[in-house]
Amino acid sequence: MKTTQMNRRNFLKVSALTGGGLMLEMTLPSALVAQELGTLIGSKELNVYVQIASDGTITIYSANAEMGQGIKTSLPMIIAEEMGAKWEDVVVLQAPIDSSKFGLQGAGGSTTIPRSFDLMRKMGASAREMLVGAASESMEVKRQDLQAIDSRVVHISGESLSFGELAALAVRQPVPDPENLSFKDPRSYTIIGTSVGSVDNLVIATGKSQFGIDVDVPDMKYASYTRSPRVGGIALSFNEVQIKKLPGVRDAFIVEPDDSAGEATMSFLKGLAVLRGGVAIVGDDTWSVFNAKSKLVVKWDNSGASDDDWAEMIVEGKRIAKQEQGEIRLDNTSVDAALANSDNRTIESFYQFPYVAHVCMEPMNCTASYRKGSGAEPDAMDIWVPSQFPAQVKEIAENMLGIKQENVNVTGTRMGGGFGRRAVHDFAAEAMAISHRVGLPIKLTWTRTDDIHNDFFRAGGFENMKAAVDTNGKLQAWDQHYIGFAHKGKPVIGSGLQGNELSMTALSNARITQSMMPVNTPCGAWRAPGSNTNAFVEQSFIHELSHLAGRDHLEFLLEMMGERRWISEGNVNSLNTGRAIDVIKLAAQKADWGKTMPKGSAQGLSFYFCHAAHVAEIAEVSVDANQNFRVDKVTVVVDVGPIINLSGAMSQVQGSVIDGLSTMAMQQITMKRGVIQQDNFDSYPVMRIAATPEVDVHFIQSDNKPTGLGEPALPPLAPAVTNAIFAATGVRIRSMPLSDEGFNLV
Amino acid sequence: MSKYTLEINGNKTEVDVSPEMPLLWVLRDKLKLTGTKFGCGIAQCGACTVHINGVAMRSCVLPVSAVSGPVTTIEGLAGDAGLHPLQTAWIEHDVPQCGYCQAGQIMSAAALLSNNAQPNDDDIDAAMAGNYCRCGTYIRVRKAIHSAALFYNADTSAGQGTVEGVGE
Repeated sequence: MKTTQMNRRNFLKVSALTGGGLMLEMTLPSALVAQELGTLIGSKELNVYVQIASDGTITIYSANAEMGQGIKTSLPMIIAEEMGAKWEDVVVLQAPIDSSKFGLQGAGGSTTIPRSFDLMRKMGASAREMLVGAASESMEVKRQDLQAIDSRVVHISGESLSFGELAALAVRQPVPDPENLSFKDPRSYTIIGTSVGSVDNLVIATGKSQFGIDVDVPDMKYASYTRSPRVGGIALSFNEVQIKKLPGVRDAFIVEPDDSAGEATMSFLKGLAVLRGGVAIVGDDTWSVFNAKSKLVVKWDNSGASDDDWAEMIVEGKRIAKQEQGEIRLDNTSVDAALANSDNRTIESFYQFPYVAHVCMEPMNCTASYRKGSGAEPDAMDIWVPSQFPAQVKEIAENMLGIKQENVNVTGTRMGGGFGRRAVHDFAAEAMAISHRVGLPIKLTWTRTDDIHNDFFRAGGFENMKAAVDTNGKLQAWDQHYIGFAHKGKPVIGSGLQGNELSMTALSNARITQSMMPVNTPCGAWRAPGSNTNAFVEQSFIHELSHLAGRDHLEFLLEMMGERRWISEGNVNSLNTGRAIDVIKLAAQKADWGKTMPKGSAQGLSFYFCHAAHVAEIAEVSVDANQNFRVDKVTVVVDVGPIINLSGAMSQVQGSVIDGLSTMAMQQITMKRGVIQQDNFDSYPVMRIAATPEVDVHFIQSDNKPTGLGEPALPPLAPAVTNAIFAATGVRIRSMPLSDEGFNLV
Repeated sequence: MSKYTLEINGNKTEVDVSPEMPLLWVLRDKLKLTGTKFGCGIAQCGACTVHINGVAMRSCVLPVSAVSGPVTTIEGLAGDAGLHPLQTAWIEHDVPQCGYCQAGQIMSAAALLSNNAQPNDDDIDAAMAGNYCRCGTYIRVRKAIHSAALFYNADTSAGQGTVEGVGE
């Protein structure tokens, strides 16, 4: 069998790293697709994604990482649709990590669907053509008189053969040229756009699904790891004798920090995923190593450690807002004149948003098995990792331990949540370092406190907003000063305004400036980076402006959108005001905007564009005399183009609303002298079921290209809620979480 | 180290562990029953929920020495006749997203139904208050519990869940 060696860098073009999440584009050369298909002829595989058994079982590989976003179900749906398969005949398997076959096997930035849709269609259509070719040969009829429907190839005469009957012959058919494949008319879809249950529901509901934390390999020991409470602290010594005497403990040692691991990561995260120095404990079970960890007494050298203090950052943020102008990102000259014009009404508002953690339900963990080479046998590493980009750990192994990438065997497991946290592999670096040291397979599990203290947080920040409206209530000036955070001079992920914000692209009378404060606390991608905080500021401020202008919020927002136009024609990552207007209007219609509501209850509106998605939300909120508030209902209208799996898409929207509400209402991370002040779910709560609102979801299935839905429904939630609270109470909330502003979610 | 005889999912098992070791880690590390999950270690999130004498308990804070009756885990919830009605409802309503908390959710819901076969939303909120879902599947959790309650007392031979009418 001929194998095609491709440098994986040829597959990947990292096109834009603007901090707004991952913008990855996979370019799978068409010649390679054909070669790959060709090499598999005779193996009963129609291509690398599809196998058909003679009993009719269709096995489809899902290549990308599953963390709850539903990709393991939705990608195979696209293949099955183009094949003409019956979904009930399909068995989905997680593909092994092999970039030579599957390209980038990652998930992030809501990009898997847009990046994979055409490739999946090609794989399905290619398999279908081979099946049709086989039927044509077998029935001795013309290809054009055949159609693949419900796992059968059917002739116009009504005669048909099943995919199972055709499988053996189909694999000997010539591989179609991927450039000349034709695709089904979307109007004839029978799978895409329907509601399909996640393929792993049965194993999840019966407790048989295997997450990273469930991995068990022969001779495996268990490990815990303890880092300095202050980022950058180095372990000098610890109570080694006492720890080693504890029950179930086999070994305990200091691991030195290693920055080389940090270079082996997605380029937008480079320099982040360092192996942080600390103390490893290895033992017979998780409890023994957790128990020993709780008795550790470590002497840290914190001379180079983080000194971050959130209270001081707030003071400095407010000072900058008053005293500095910041670096100019966009400046339309009329802004100062409009702000100075005494005929205009002006407003200035200071907004604040906190650092937050990911708290994936499955704490960070990784299982690693180092095998030292001898003679001709090279050093090797087997690794099982719950990761959004599992192949990345190969580079870490090579950089950190000198193990050649071809000798690193990676299994990407299902993830108990990702939200951007599992794009960084510090936990994998730790597991590999520990296994390398002890020469045994080890499973490293983080405690929840490890997970919160050692997160790559959503950066907090501040925005100072000024604007002017004229006597007709029209917006005349928009002056936005973003005050964010930079590490080693580079803005951290999600800090700063993205190039596609409404204010940056659609307003002709705006000035955008940016200031950065230094931060040493690690920051990373958190579900809709940048957008999840900026939406709160911009969409709250627009409501403030409509109020200042004495106008209806809906009408004011629609006027700001202006003419129906695409800000950058043909670029799905740019705002399309026509689509924006459509989702806003439909949300208003579905929620009956402006309806009479009981005292203490009101509606709040917001819109946001990010991740190639246009989303409008209207929250209905009730507030009592003690400022306990309840979100009764959220109406969401989404344009992400055609929906692949309706059930999965609804899930993502419902989940984004609940996640957004949970975060804005009660979550924040604070630092004091470099130490994270929240330790577990008692000090970092997550919303419970009783606070769950009704979520009414509508999709506008436009001709927008299909795109991902893991993130874009989250950003509009917070401003929809605070706008509703203002409408209900007259209190404008300009800082999250709401629990700090005296409003408690019930 | 001490020896304990536990009855888990109807099978008697002897383990030799430290008396303080929480049941969670006995199940996961010693007995390889990994369906019960670790989430917080302080009984805040409910991922580790199991039944002891039919009562929902957080196994992450329960020392093995304090286990006082038969234990049921997610692996033992389905009977000989097939899936528990909640498991079928979970599949039909396509409840899980990441799936990590779902065993705990189902175990809490099963304890609720065994005491109250027709719970209303308030009953569900009270019984499920100890179970976090970070993905936000609460809407479908509620729906699936209502749906399972409809035929909970019936003689179900539910078998495998179907995927018809999934989602809402």
